[in-house]
Order: sequence, then structure tokens, then C-alpha cells
Amino acid sequence: MTKKRFNILEHELVPEHIVLSKEEAEKVLEHYNIKPEKLPKILASDPVVRTINAKPGDIIKIIRKSRTAKKAVSYRVVVEETTAPTLMKK
Amino acid sequence: MVDTGITKKIGRIEFTLLSPSEIRKMSATKVITADTYDDDGFPIPMGLMDPRLGVIEPGLRCKTCGLRVGKDGCPGHFGHIDLAMPVIHVGFVKDIRDCLRATCRECGRILLPDKRLETYREMRERYIKEGKDPALVLKMLLNECKNVEKCPRCGREVGKIELDKPTTFRENGKKLTPSEVREWLEKIPDEDLPLLDIERKAARPEWMVLTVLPVPPVTVRPSVTLETGERSEDDLTHKLVDVIRINQRLQENRDAGAPQLIVEDLWELLQYHVTTYLDNQTSGIPPARHRSGRPLKTLAQRLKGKEGRFRSNLSGKRVNFSARTVISPDPYLSINEVGVPIEIARELTVPVRATPHNLEWCKMMVKRGPAPTTEDGKYLPGVNYIIREREGMKQRIKVTEKNADDVSEKLEPGMKIERQLMDGDIVLFNRQPSLHRMSMMAHKVRVVPYRTFRFNLSVCPPYNADFDGDEMNLHVLQGEEARAEAEILLKVQEHILSPRFGGPIIGAIHDHITGCFLLTFNNRKVPLDNALQILSAVVEKEKMPKIYKDENGKSYMYGRDIFSALLPKDLTISFPAKVCSHPPCDPKDCPTKTCVIIEKGVIKQGVIDENAIGAFKGALISRIIQDYGNDGGRKFIDQVTRLGIAAISVFGFTTGIDDEDIPLEAKRQIEETLENAKEKINHLVEIYRRGELEPLPGRNLDETLEMEIMRVTGKARDTAGEIAGKHLGLNNSAVIMAKSGARGSMLNLSQMAGCVGQQAVRGERIHRGYRYRTLPHFKKGSLGADAKGFVSSSYKKGLTPTEYFFHSMGGREGLVDTAVRTSRSGYMQRRLINALENLKVEDDLTVRDTDSEIIQFMYGEDGVDPMRSAGGLAVDVNRIISDIEGGR
Repeated sequence: MTKKRFNILEHELVPEHIVLSKEEAEKVLEHYNIKPEKLPKILASDPVVRTINAKPGDIIKIIRKSRTAKKAVSYRVVVEETTAPTLMKK
Repeated sequence: MVDTGITKKIGRIEFTLLSPSEIRKMSATKVITADTYDDDGFPIPMGLMDPRLGVIEPGLRCKTCGLRVGKDGCPGHFGHIDLAMPVIHVGFVKDIRDCLRATCRECGRILLPDKRLETYREMRERYIKEGKDPALVLKMLLNECKNVEKCPRCGREVGKIELDKPTTFRENGKKLTPSEVREWLEKIPDEDLPLLDIERKAARPEWMVLTVLPVPPVTVRPSVTLETGERSEDDLTHKLVDVIRINQRLQENRDAGAPQLIVEDLWELLQYHVTTYLDNQTSGIPPARHRSGRPLKTLAQRLKGKEGRFRSNLSGKRVNFSARTVISPDPYLSINEVGVPIEIARELTVPVRATPHNLEWCKMMVKRGPAPTTEDGKYLPGVNYIIREREGMKQRIKVTEKNADDVSEKLEPGMKIERQLMDGDIVLFNRQPSLHRMSMMAHKVRVVPYRTFRFNLSVCPPYNADFDGDEMNLHVLQGEEARAEAEILLKVQEHILSPRFGGPIIGAIHDHITGCFLLTFNNRKVPLDNALQILSAVVEKEKMPKIYKDENGKSYMYGRDIFSALLPKDLTISFPAKVCSHPPCDPKDCPTKTCVIIEKGVIKQGVIDENAIGAFKGALISRIIQDYGNDGGRKFIDQVTRLGIAAISVFGFTTGIDDEDIPLEAKRQIEETLENAKEKINHLVEIYRRGELEPLPGRNLDETLEMEIMRVTGKARDTAGEIAGKHLGLNNSAVIMAKSGARGSMLNLSQMAGCVGQQAVRGERIHRGYRYRTLPHFKKGSLGADAKGFVSSSYKKGLTPTEYFFHSMGGREGLVDTAVRTSRSGYMQRRLINALENLKVEDDLTVRDTDSEIIQFMYGEDGVDPMRSAGGLAVDVNRIISDIEGGR
């Protein structure tokens, strides 16, 4: 990797991604009364996930701009590529 | 249905292939005769209608199980046909091809060394564990087998397997007979099957080549007896007859040692018949047809598509207690009501359970009989049936004129009566296509004479209905819960505000708007008698307008005051009017004084038009619903529509072709502008021909020229419209309609009075037609306005033949576009609905699916229901400020 590579996090169209700490993640799960696998997923190979160095199992908080609400918060759990949902469901 | 109180959950479903021995085992008889019935009408034994296959006539007993159809429940029994030669099953050709490509013809093993097989086995395990589709492993395996030249086990050269659609296989271009294919598949050992994505428990590959064909029970393919006494067989029976006949001929020929060629031909014919029996829309072969030329509906066709078993009989069903007829308008019904013709009201019923409390009433109803009227011949609801339930047996007794008294006496608590519709019953009313939830709303019944459903004109927009022959459906709710739910959620008044944009979708239309406009424009003075007539149309008035006297002593009222009679006393609002020509206008200093200011329920300034009361726009309606609820909104719309119609009836209103008359001077001016435009175009073409045209950035010369010309023609039409518009003032009916938003637009008017303008196909001037020109009327290579579809005439003046032709070209494109769009967007919507149908907003405002996986963390990201918002926003800040300023 060369040092001069473009930092995608600075791009306008990339929303803010924050890796949650264990406690924070716990709080989010409790708030929604939910297990991690019920959260929306994001691949570990996702460029942003790689840049912010999140590992499978981590929960990422994403703050997007929203047309209706100005700011919209959502959470995603990082998954390994192979566990991505495919044609067959369980 | 029998309710046993036990609920069961389906754990899983497995689909497997039928093996030949299984087919024989479940077969009640072998079928060898291609005929169905003999001359006396008895089913031929071992024929397609053999009584051992089940019975279809009530009363007859099945020869296999001894039961009758219907209540006894003989389900019918399968038979079988032994095929003289094996044939390929069309449904599995792809799987057969994969099996052949992956295995060796000699030894039947997969064409890879053990080591590789082991890796694939591991990969398969892993895929299953991770919930991925193991078919993907087979794909990779096939890819690797493609490059194998020699079988690693027996050393046989690997041939190239091709599938010649639909059912022919070739090895290195040489045809493989189904027998050869079957022999090959038989060689594949069980332990290699998992890698071919076949489960040994479910199937053996050679079962995909049929040697015996199951014959479905007669109950699956019942024959119908026509009135003439003729028997008409089901399509499946016809197809089976074909199969048996060819099968027999094949067997005879083969046994008699007929030449190879003839046997092969018959074999192929048998393959064709079996293929079409399974799926009559297999690509590559002509569909089997009925004698009339209609393609046969065989097995696949019964299940597939919109008319198939799934979508037509399982996901959707026909219902009782419904009616359909033509619709027509009735401005004196409330928006919540629907007029139901007497004939329909007599047929549709509501079940009422008799209890000690209503027994007397029920008896009275039954006593009336099935068609009661009042003394002066008006409709009264009667009773069609009474239902008695004893020991689980349901007994329906039809009430007739004769037995009404007897039946009435027998009535006791616990029985049900089926009462005819009466005023106030709640019903569902629907118009197809049902594109949004407002396509089906609950109405209250009003029984009316004649034969059409009737409803208030304001309810046309949500149903997208008009009265040029449209029909609508009506469903009577049969349960208390359903009625309560409909009352609370589905009534028309609950849908005045659209969930799409938070504005009203129900409101005044057409004449309602014109009427209110006439009433309020320039604050018209209305003579007292007229004023009272208009006011008398309004049932609930908030207040009475003041009466004034002019210098001649004649009494009059102000139009605005009359309209104000409907407004709640504490309503204060201001909004720009549609007629106001200064779009972002502050009503306080509106230069034309047309923008509306209402204070304490009195119009102080402005005119009422589409922006105030119209469907889709109506600011007044939005506000009244916000402040006075759906009930207040419904009342207001009911009253406003009556007022509007009364006003337009009193003032009189008409439009004709002379509304588009413009003075000669104006016509001359228009001609001049058009002439100028044409010259300008000629000039542009001239520059272009000389090669002096400056291309626009990103365009070539031709495109630049076209764009410039389009701009000129567009401008010419607008100028012509402006000139025409100058001479069409607000004393002109057509203009009143266009400006107030009642109907039509100023563009429509300028096309009628001024100039129709440039016709376009695919957004470009018209180019297609003859070589180098659109029509033989023009010179080759002509680029002028007339030659490329500019219509300089107006609709009123009439189009020249060439103009008419170009106009038709543009018009045709419009028609084709709408036709294509509806079918495409319909399918798109279907897919969307299927994807979103199980989403739900939970109590914490998250959107989750039925697995309770989160789709959205906050509904719409802001948690706002547009129906209960202020134009899509949770809070209307401007409104709060103005309310505070006004000291409310």
C-alpha cells in the first residue's frame, strides 16, 4: 500500500462510520432488544470497514444524511464474506 | 372447516423424484387403451377413465377404495402407462446434461481424481454449514470437468456433451438415444451423487429418464357433459390419449421388427407427446393444439403464471357477498356513502345472530319476507335465509313469501338470519386496478333505485374513476370485527389525506371549483334570491352571511360571505391562490388581491380555487382536517361540493368553440410570429449549410442545429399562446376553468386558439418517413419547420394534411408509451410488493420483517407518518408562528 492513497472516509458520499466499543454495542442491542444477527450486515471486505479496521462481529454505527430527518443513524454488524446471505436461507 | 383446536406447524417440505417402482406401486391400474368410454357410455377398463382411477359422477363408487366423491372423499387414484421406449423428462434436461458432462460414459464416475473429489466434498459441507447454495459447488466442478480429456479412472476419451433443445443430447455431435442416456446415468455410483447436487434419498439420476408415466386420477381431469349430451374431455386426457396411441404403435412396430427409421420416428413422436404433456410451452417445439387450434393446457400450464393454480386459486380466490355494476355520480351523497341499487341490496346480506335481546326484531324482519316494501312502495330490508346450527350441522332455510310467518315463529336465540342490506350498512367499495390503498375504501350504504352504484364526485380521484362506463365492485362485510375495523380504518373520510404526500387526495373537482370560483371572484354581489338558493344547498351552515341593500333598495349578499358560511368560526389562514400570477406570493400584499386571507372564518381577501379546495392541492381542506379532524373534513367537503354545484347552477356556465375566438389583429400577430420563427429556422439552416454554425459544447453540428430549431419552435408556440392568451380574459369560461384549476390548462387553450406547435417523436423533430425527407410533399434533405413536423395551425383553424399526419405520429407515440408503461410499471410494482409485503413498523418505530430483522432503524428515517404530518414535515413552523402572532 502506498501512502498517497486516497482516504475514502474523506469523500463526500461516504457517510460517517464509527466502530462501537463493547459497552456501546451492548447498549444498542439492548435498546432494540435484538441479537446481532438481526442487524443489517456489512461485509468485512467493504472498503470503509477495512479502512476503519473493524473486525467481524463488530457493530458499526453509521450516520447518514437524510432527506427527511437531516441525520439518520443506523447500525450494521460486520460479517465475514462467506456468511453473507445467498440464495438459500438457513 | 372442522376446527379440531390443534394447530400444526410445517417443519419442512422435501421434493423428490418418483422412481419407476414407486409409480407402479401407487398405480391402481395399468392404462393400455387410448379410449375413454365405450358406446354405451361406460368407462373402458384399463382405459383413461377406468373406474379404478376414481370417480367423478356423484353417487358412483370408486372401484379401488369403494368411496364416493365429495363427502366420502375418494381422492382418486393414479394409474400408469408403461412406455415402450424410455423418454427424457423435459423438466430435468439441464440436470441430465450436468450429470452427463460431469461423468464418464464408460465407468460412470465423476471425471476427476479422488483428491479433487475430496476437496469438492469438503467445500460442499462448508457451503451447507454456512447456508450457501451447494449448487454453486456443482457449477465449479462442472467447470473443471470441461477441461478433462480422458477419464482419470478408465482412460476413456471424454466426449463433448451438447444439449440440443429441448430434449436431444449429443456426444461429439452424435445423437444419444434416451435409452443410451439412461444406461449412462444408471452407471453413476451413489457416492458420486452428492457432488452432482442429487440426494440419494430423493432420487437416482436415471429416474430423470422416464420408463413409466403416471396417469393422474380422473378427479384431476374431469370430463364435462355438454347440454347436447356430448362428452368433452379435459386437455390432459386428450394428451394422454396421444401418448398411449403413439406408445402402442411404437410397441407394435418394434415387436414386428419394423425398420430402424420408422421406430426412431415413432420414438421421437412419443418424446414430443410426453414433453408437451408435461409442459406445452417448451421452447423449440410447436405447442400441441386442440382441434379448434387452441393450445392445450397441460401440467405446467395449470400451475404457472397469473392464471395458474398458485396465483389464481391459492393466493387469490373468488368471494361471495360481492356485487359489481356500472358507476354513476350523485352529488347529494356524502363522500362516505355509496348508492346501492335495490336489486343488489336484495341479494346481498348481512348475518345477524338472534339473541334474547334482538329476538323480537329478528322475528319481525323474517316476517317481512324476502322482498318487503313500505306502504308507499319504498325499499325495506327483508331476510333471505335463516341459518340453524345443530350438532355441527348447518341448515339453511330459504325465506319465501309463503313460509315467512312459519319460519319467523321457529326463530330462537342462537340462530342466524341473513338480512338484506339497509341504509347505514358498512361495505367495501373497490375499483380495479387496485394500485394503492385508496382503491378500496369503506362506504355506508344508501339503497337507491335504478341499476348503478352511485357515489360523490369528490371520491373519483382516489379510485381514478370516471363515468364513461367504469364498473366497480362492492363487498359486504360479514363479521363484527370486520365492520368495526372498516369503520375505524377504511372509511373514505380516513383517506382524505394521502399517505403519499400528506395532502388531500379527496377534494373539490371540476364544477365544484368553478362554482366556488364564480362565487368568490371579485367578491361578486349575489342577489338575495339567488344567494338563498345557493345557501339552501348547504345543510350545515356555520353562520349566516350578512344581507346588504344597494341604492335601488335591492337586497344582495357578497359571494365571499356566502362561502364563509361554511368556514368554522375560528379558522384563520392565508395561502396563495392558483389564479394569482405571482407564484411565491405573500397573500398580505398580493398585487392582484386574489390570494386568500381568511380571518376568524371570514374570507377577507382572495378567491377560492383549486389551491383552496381542490383534490391534491386544497390548502383549506388540509387545514380543516388538521384542526377539526377527519369528520370535520368530511363535512366540509360534502358542503363545499354542494355549494359549488348550487353556485354554478345559479350563475350558469358553458363553454364552446367560440371561447377560443380571438380578434383578427391577434391572428395576424400570431401568423407574423410564426412566419418570423420559420424564417429564423431557415436562417439557422442556411448558416448550418454554409458550415458556419457554432456547435454547442458536447454536441455535434447536427445536434446543435436541431436543438436551436427546437428552441425556436418552442418559443414560437409560447409566443403565439401568449398573444392568444392576451385576448382571452377571465370573462371567458375556458379561461376560468384553466386558471381556477377546474379543468384544462392555458397550454390546451393556446393550442386551440394560437398554434399547436412542434410535433416530436422520441423527443426529436420528426425525421422518419421517406428517403431524406418525411413526406413526398417536401424537398429531399429539407430541414425547414414544415418539413419536420411543426404544426403552425391551431386546432380551431384546423390542420393541413401534412400537419395532421405529423400530429398523428406524435399522438401514436403517446399511446404506445402509456401502453408500455402500464405493463412495465405493473410488473415492477408486483415485484416491489412481494419484496416489501412482510415489513411492519414496530412499536419502537423500527421497520422489521417477519424474522424481526431490522430493515430501517426509524420509519422513513424521521418516524413521521405523512398522513398525519404537515405536508410531510412533523411540525409546521410557519403555522405555529402565525398562530402565535394572531394570539391563538
